[in-house]
Amino acid sequence: MTTPYTLVDKNILITGASSGIGRAIAILCSRMGAKCCITGRNAERLEDTLSQMQGDGHQAIVADLLNEEDRAVLVNALPKLDGVVQNAGVGSRVPCKFVTQTDIDQVFTINTFSPILLQKELMQGKKLSAGASVVFISSMAVKYPSVGNAIYSASKGAIQAYAQVLALELAPRKIRVNCVCPAMIWTDLVTADGIDKDDLIKDQAKYPLGRYGSPEDVADLVGFILSPASSWMTGSCVELTGGGNEL
Amino acid sequence: MDIKEFVQTFAQQFEDTDPAEITADTEFRELDEWSSLTGMCIMAMAKTQYGKIITGKELKECETVKDVFDLISSK
Repeated sequence: MTTPYTLVDKNILITGASSGIGRAIAILCSRMGAKCCITGRNAERLEDTLSQMQGDGHQAIVADLLNEEDRAVLVNALPKLDGVVQNAGVGSRVPCKFVTQTDIDQVFTINTFSPILLQKELMQGKKLSAGASVVFISSMAVKYPSVGNAIYSASKGAIQAYAQVLALELAPRKIRVNCVCPAMIWTDLVTADGIDKDDLIKDQAKYPLGRYGSPEDVADLVGFILSPASSWMTGSCVELTGGGNEL
Repeated sequence: MDIKEFVQTFAQQFEDTDPAEITADTEFRELDEWSSLTGMCIMAMAKTQYGKIITGKELKECETVKDVFDLISSK
């Protein structure tokens, strides 16, 4: 009996795969039968991800997606893709009163501008197969304001708006584009800029399901969106919150 | 960095509290205006004004303005 919940023989690109959510997505995709191209800045940690993946035919490409030349090398090395997970991102907690140009440049370059440029380069390089699925990892920070999160929230809001337009432009080729919007997930991002982990451990009890999410929780949803099981789904921003209604 | 100048800079992070109310011995969490956002501003102040990173956990262990001064001085 066949099932659409599979990625057998699909080529999937996953950015930011050297840790956290990206790593969990890479591992899950490999278990679902995909051949993955994983990318990140840190060769050692990328290899660590690779060592945890199942099956053969995966490749790890070290690249700094902020760098145009690195992106060109990456795109050239890629096969025709059936799935793209734009996951690379950075957290930031700065009160509005203290925001600097550097904060804005850093957060927007990593969370917004680089994914947009990489997406363009993938399309210009004709790397997307018809029927492919593109997933952007956004955040519930777009909908749930929390103090200090303005620049991060704005960067994710921008990528969501972009993704919805991209969905429209790629629909004629049956390429689907969706965002996943997690609430608090246990990764290095949530303790950005000196946030106290002990406070977060207490805070997660407020979530109706009693805990923050894990990278694997996000990966399970992304695996579904990459698979043919979601083939009528595009332009969506899927909320993954453990029932929580704040960050 | 001297304590007098630090107390002034610390007091500037408050919008509606009279700076005269804030001294080195002030237990800043007792001030009406104190909130988690003010705490985040103190952390940002440490970074932008003094080039020092302090964490939420370290700030939580401080009671008085002088404790914060000592924390930043120790970095």
